[in-house]
Amino acid sequence: MHRYLVSRVLLVFPTLLGAAALVFILMRLIPGDICLVRLGSGGTSFSAAALAACHAEIGIDRPWWLQFLDFIWGLARFDFGTSMWSGKPVIQEIASRFPVSLEVAVMATLIAIAIAIPLGTISALKQNTWIDLAVRTFSIAGIATPSFWLGIMSILLVLDLTQAISGHPWMPSIDYVPLWKDPIRNLSIVMLPAITVGYRYAAVSMRMTRSAMLEVLREDYIRTARAKGLLEKIVINRHALKNALLPVVTVIGIEFAFLIGGLVVTEQVFNLNGIGRLMVLSVQNQDYTLTQALVMLVVTIAIVSNMLVDLFYAWLDPRIRLA
Amino acid sequence: MLRTFGGWAALAAVLMVALAGPASTDEAPKRGGTLTYMIPADGPPSFDAQREETYATIHSAAPYYSTLIRANPMEPGSPDLVCDLCTEMPKPTDDGKTWAFKLRQNVKFADGQPLTSADVLASWKKIIWPPEGTVSPRASNFVMVDSVDAPDAYTVVFHLKFATDAFLPALADPYAWIYSKAKLDQDIHWYEKNIDGTGPFKFVKYETGQSIEGVRNPDYFRTGLPYLDGIKGIFADKQVTRVEAIKSDQAAIEFRGFPPTVRDELKAALGDKIDVQTSDWNCGGLITPNHKRKPFDDPRVRRALTLAIDRWGSAADLSKIAIVHTVGGLTYPGSPLAPTKDELQQIAGFWPDIEKSRAEAKRLLKEAGQENLSFTLLNRSTDQPYKYYGIWVVDQWSKIGVKVTQRVLPTGPWFAAMRAEDFDMTVEGNCQNVVNPLADVGKYLPHAISEGNYGNFDDQHEIDLYNAMLRELDKTKQKQKLLEFNKYVLDDQAHGIFLLWWQRIVPYRAYVKGWKIGPSHYVNQDLATVWLDK
Repeated sequence: MHRYLVSRVLLVFPTLLGAAALVFILMRLIPGDICLVRLGSGGTSFSAAALAACHAEIGIDRPWWLQFLDFIWGLARFDFGTSMWSGKPVIQEIASRFPVSLEVAVMATLIAIAIAIPLGTISALKQNTWIDLAVRTFSIAGIATPSFWLGIMSILLVLDLTQAISGHPWMPSIDYVPLWKDPIRNLSIVMLPAITVGYRYAAVSMRMTRSAMLEVLREDYIRTARAKGLLEKIVINRHALKNALLPVVTVIGIEFAFLIGGLVVTEQVFNLNGIGRLMVLSVQNQDYTLTQALVMLVVTIAIVSNMLVDLFYAWLDPRIRLA
Repeated sequence: MLRTFGGWAALAAVLMVALAGPASTDEAPKRGGTLTYMIPADGPPSFDAQREETYATIHSAAPYYSTLIRANPMEPGSPDLVCDLCTEMPKPTDDGKTWAFKLRQNVKFADGQPLTSADVLASWKKIIWPPEGTVSPRASNFVMVDSVDAPDAYTVVFHLKFATDAFLPALADPYAWIYSKAKLDQDIHWYEKNIDGTGPFKFVKYETGQSIEGVRNPDYFRTGLPYLDGIKGIFADKQVTRVEAIKSDQAAIEFRGFPPTVRDELKAALGDKIDVQTSDWNCGGLITPNHKRKPFDDPRVRRALTLAIDRWGSAADLSKIAIVHTVGGLTYPGSPLAPTKDELQQIAGFWPDIEKSRAEAKRLLKEAGQENLSFTLLNRSTDQPYKYYGIWVVDQWSKIGVKVTQRVLPTGPWFAAMRAEDFDMTVEGNCQNVVNPLADVGKYLPHAISEGNYGNFDDQHEIDLYNAMLRELDKTKQKQKLLEFNKYVLDDQAHGIFLLWWQRIVPYRAYVKGWKIGPSHYVNQDLATVWLDK
């Protein structure tokens, strides 16, 4: 198990280095630069001297290899530099947004698990009945409905419903407050986006749970367990579900990593000041330092969640850790 | 009727009277309350307005600062400029080349330090002659300034190289916030991340990308102002969020402006709980031909392309869906120096008869051997109004047989393509703040003079016209020279193809009082006179 863990950890470093090189190159392949966006956003003209001063100020007038070495050296020291757009430390920019994305991602994951595993299991157990059909329809709708549309619709629904009931349109606050400062207000802000995202997430996981369960339920050891006279509850929970969860865990792990940096549209629709929105903004502004740091953050989260999934695999299936 | 300039002017006047009512009533202001307003951005790049170009900085922090002079907050669209930190508007001496401003003596920065001429001098020197390592994008507006000095603690004197009417409006720049010399001496970049001004509000806190809050400044130099106890700006880049926030009364107003469809949506949903103010916007759209690329080096081709566009016939329909509205030349339509309708209709592209105009366009293309002209139009990936401009002109040009493909790029790559001369024709904008008819047309000068011009041409005659106009002090002659400049740039040479002026539409909760719309979303944002009728 230790060797397994060490080999997984060692693989992290070349992956991170590759990602760092890739994002560094890709950002510089985009025509234009942050100074053009910054100086020209108002539509007025600006001088070459102003542009040169801006380049010098943020350091993009230096050779690209020097910038790359700076970036890598910074990474090694966990120093991501300052945002070229705001001038604030990148760590500070990310730290103020990370809790929002993390909260939505965790809540969406919990919602997805709470929906997907029971419904997927029931759907498999009741294969080809009206229950199965209903669950599959619910699941396909979740995959087919874009999150941004669902988000806008849910806000409009809340606005219209509250107007119809109380005469005054109401919607959750658009001004985020942390959970520890005002839990009720926080939950009212985060609940709608979490449900919106969690629904799609659940739909994917639900289909995976159903198909994995169907496969496992046809295995010999399930027939044996039933032949031994075990209670159906024990057969399902202890023998079938645990084995069927392997691919579901993979999906949940990958989706969670995606949620941290991928809630771009949902964050915009609900005015959540999270990592996804920051990522779009930093790319739009061609803020190299911030984009590089954000990509590295998402890559790290993806790597860590994959590692956790692998470890969870090993716990679920002893054959993996022994192999 | 609306297809005429007069018709539009009449409609605009009616709208202004009908819709701008709330700000001009004689209701007694009420004190107290917090104004929550939306800022259509994810946050300002920095808090230093002297170095920025975006309204995100102005809308975030203007209430915490003062300027030397400014547009009249009661009539921000008029040419009337008034004192902010000065005591009275000075009369120039030395044949209009010396302007001495006396400063108020009861002004304090938020940190309690008194404001003196040293602060004003340091701020203006940083704007006009930015020290090494700093950026001042509007420094070129002050080419007429020779020197600035402070003979005593409460006097600041500007010495000009030549007298010009462009000086005072340039000085009223809403980005020209006055900073503390001590802070600038301590760190020239201090104001990029910190706020310390002499405005009607005191900065309290900024949640990165989320909101910015301030409270009433008890030491504000205008007794009795501001009326509000506090202000809170919430950042939201997405229009749907801002509209919903106003609809649900989480915010009362967004100062930049919405498209007409949003105005209609809010009015339909909330009726008389929503007031609307409308104004012409000191922003115009234009198409710039790359003179270095054939056949756009030929004035006949450029002229044909402007002649094909039916501005009078399209403005009404476009104004229903986009933030564009008024037919005009290079000069802001509300300015006394703007061409009249009759004068405008003498210029190619503004002729009253579009059929005659298009016939002439076809003749010119044939004469230039470009009957089957096709090219790529570079455009900016910004919804309002760039994409609307793009679709519109492509359609207009198709009517004379010209085939156009659009190449739409995000802001950075769009600028980069223009600077690299990698385009045939490009959609652009010219957005200015305080109306300064003489200086605002500087954008259309050749690149050697105006670095924001991407037409890639040289034209000494145009520069001579501009310089003569800039130095002309007689209003009648000024107007004549400006008209000559319009005719030369838009018609004779067609260096640029001017489209339509923008319209600014601000729908807001009717309980917001004391704010008056102006022709720029940069102007009149200190919120000192705003109050809540709740």
